[in-house]
Amino acid sequence: MIDFQLSANDQRLLEAFRKEAEIARRHARYYDEHEHEFPPEQLEEAKDCPNPLMLLGERAAEDAGMGVLTTLIGRSMTWGDYSVRVRRQKGGLGNSALQAAGTPEQKQKWGHLTLAMAITEPGCGSDPSKVQTTAVRDGDHWVLNGEKIFVTAGCRCEGVVVWATVDKAAGRAGIKSFLVEKGTPGFTVTHKEKKLGIRADDTAAMVLEDCRIPRENLLGGEETVSKSGSGGFRGAMKTFNMTRPNVAALGLGIAEAALDFTRDALKQAGVEIEYGGALNGQSAAAEKFIRLEMLWEAAMLSVLRAAWLADQGESNNTEASVCKAKAGAAVREITQGCIELVGPMGASRQHLLEKWFRDCRITDIYEGTGEIQRLIIARTLLGYTRNELK
Amino acid sequence: MISFAPTEEQIVARDTMRSFAGDVLFPKARECDEAAAVPASFLAQVWELGLTATQIPEAYGGFGAARSAITNAIVLEELSYGDATLAVAATAPSLFAYAVLDQGSEEQKRAYLPLFCGDAYHAASLAWVEPSPCFDALNPATRALRKGRGFVLSGTKCLVPMGDRASHFLVVARGDEGLDAFIVARDAPALQISEPEKNLGLRALPTVTLQLDGVEVAEADRLGGSHRADVRRLLNQTRVAGAAIMTGLSRAVLDYCVPYAKEREAFDEPIARKQSIAFRLADMHIEIECSRWLTWKAASQLDHGVDATKGAHFARSYAAEKSMWIADNGVQVLGGHGFIREHPVEMWFRNARTLGVVEGIACV
Repeated sequence: MIDFQLSANDQRLLEAFRKEAEIARRHARYYDEHEHEFPPEQLEEAKDCPNPLMLLGERAAEDAGMGVLTTLIGRSMTWGDYSVRVRRQKGGLGNSALQAAGTPEQKQKWGHLTLAMAITEPGCGSDPSKVQTTAVRDGDHWVLNGEKIFVTAGCRCEGVVVWATVDKAAGRAGIKSFLVEKGTPGFTVTHKEKKLGIRADDTAAMVLEDCRIPRENLLGGEETVSKSGSGGFRGAMKTFNMTRPNVAALGLGIAEAALDFTRDALKQAGVEIEYGGALNGQSAAAEKFIRLEMLWEAAMLSVLRAAWLADQGESNNTEASVCKAKAGAAVREITQGCIELVGPMGASRQHLLEKWFRDCRITDIYEGTGEIQRLIIARTLLGYTRNELK
Repeated sequence: MISFAPTEEQIVARDTMRSFAGDVLFPKARECDEAAAVPASFLAQVWELGLTATQIPEAYGGFGAARSAITNAIVLEELSYGDATLAVAATAPSLFAYAVLDQGSEEQKRAYLPLFCGDAYHAASLAWVEPSPCFDALNPATRALRKGRGFVLSGTKCLVPMGDRASHFLVVARGDEGLDAFIVARDAPALQISEPEKNLGLRALPTVTLQLDGVEVAEADRLGGSHRADVRRLLNQTRVAGAAIMTGLSRAVLDYCVPYAKEREAFDEPIARKQSIAFRLADMHIEIECSRWLTWKAASQLDHGVDATKGAHFARSYAAEKSMWIADNGVQVLGGHGFIREHPVEMWFRNARTLGVVEGIACV
């Protein structure tokens, strides 16, 4: 049955996360202004707080699926702050890749580690088929050489899933993922990036210089390069089908914080917001605010749709791109609009609104820019291959 | 729980309406638009689907299916995918019937619901919109003044769908107690019904202006009788219906543009292979999805009986803005052909602009 109501159980869970987010928010400004420091693994003042996930318990039929719930939890957390968490969860994007592409032995061996994912290079972002990092077989080892940037959790992770090509001539089919553990000789994290927003977040640059890893560190174990098609590339891209709704939800959590702040500011200024009335009964400020709120709601529903499909075990390739494109554009418009509504004080670092405006800007860039998402959607709509629509 | 899964019945309804829209509505749309009339044969044919009677309880002669705003939203989207104008004409009787079914007194239900359960299309309508600039649906100028145990209605209503043949009108008016809706018979003294209006879009839909010059109605003719009705709820129901219709229209535009863009060549390749066109089509798809989910969410609030004012406002405003944007860009994708009446896109463009501003022309 089509429904949009949360079960009582899920509501309790999300309220607990919201409470924690309020605590995390107190530290948001500090870590924004002290970019070189990492927020703690666990906030001191919350060490006695029980982990809300303990409320998860047995999932009942009326509870949301795990995909949907994950997006809702993500949104609740970033409402407090993008980078500061009451307690940091294990796991990173590389863990999703391991789950999607690893053999049972590999999952067993590395599943407990926090794994980052290194795809982007100084010369390639949106078109990962142009990866320049190479992997060359040498007996029972692979030798990796190359440079990776924008690696989320690259500093604190325990291992990295690295995309490298075993055969440049083969294009996408030559790209394989390799697991490189921290401490492997020839593998160095060079620096933490300095960013516009999500400054406290761990975004690293790394170098692989004659880095030797065991032969069995090739994810999935398939060494041959397929002569036709994309080989394992398509499988690797599947990693994004749940991460895209998730990062969309993270951005929407920030935008929600901006909306809540702005609603209060407007109320203080005596602006009344009435839903359902005519245009001329509404001030321009109220009308604009309602539009931003509506945009948020539309984007959030598209996220839930993509996550729900994943929970049903159905393909959500297009829907993941739909929600990512929608949320990416929405959070830009919402936070920019909120600053406009709040006025000069919206640009002051005295409030978090300017930070949210910077923080959520990444939503339309990482995990595939809005343009890449539109490319994916358009190819599906038009029935075009990647060669027919670039 | 959060779920996007339609029920078995909803899937059957969707598929039935989808093929009916493709087989019957779309092929008739252009000729009806040009003639500015809905053929009686179409109304007879669509009546057999039982669109209005399905959710009327058996006690009043209906089929007794559960009332469901979501099911109706799905049905309206599918029918409007074929043609929004004919979808409105086909479902207009539900405006009156659902209002009585949901909020009428027992006496009103017994008197009026059986009218919609017969073999022939029965028109009755809702009179909400008024011909004043910046019309506010929650603050109409039409007045209901107390007179003895009844009321006297004065004011002007316009864009009343199927008003050329409606046996009864539900007239929304403001009195001392606030907003109410009143049942007015077609032959009521002091009620003047205009010739069909000439509109920008929905041209085939006969709409009329009602002039109420002191129309007297009894207390028993007030929707809900002495218990009154929640007129806001009715407004929300019509807004969700409007959102569903505009979503269906948007989908029709996109599905027309996709094959066109793949076939039409410029500079030696299909225009669909150019990002300026391809990305626009992707954006159309994104906004159609968002419009539908906002519509479903508001419909679900109606079905749960919780306040749907905000949800219905979001659904309608969003679908209105996006369907206009989509139809506008549909014209642009077709270029000169978008301007020619040989293609349906210019009709959708006019329909989108019209649907986005009218209220109370369909109900879920």
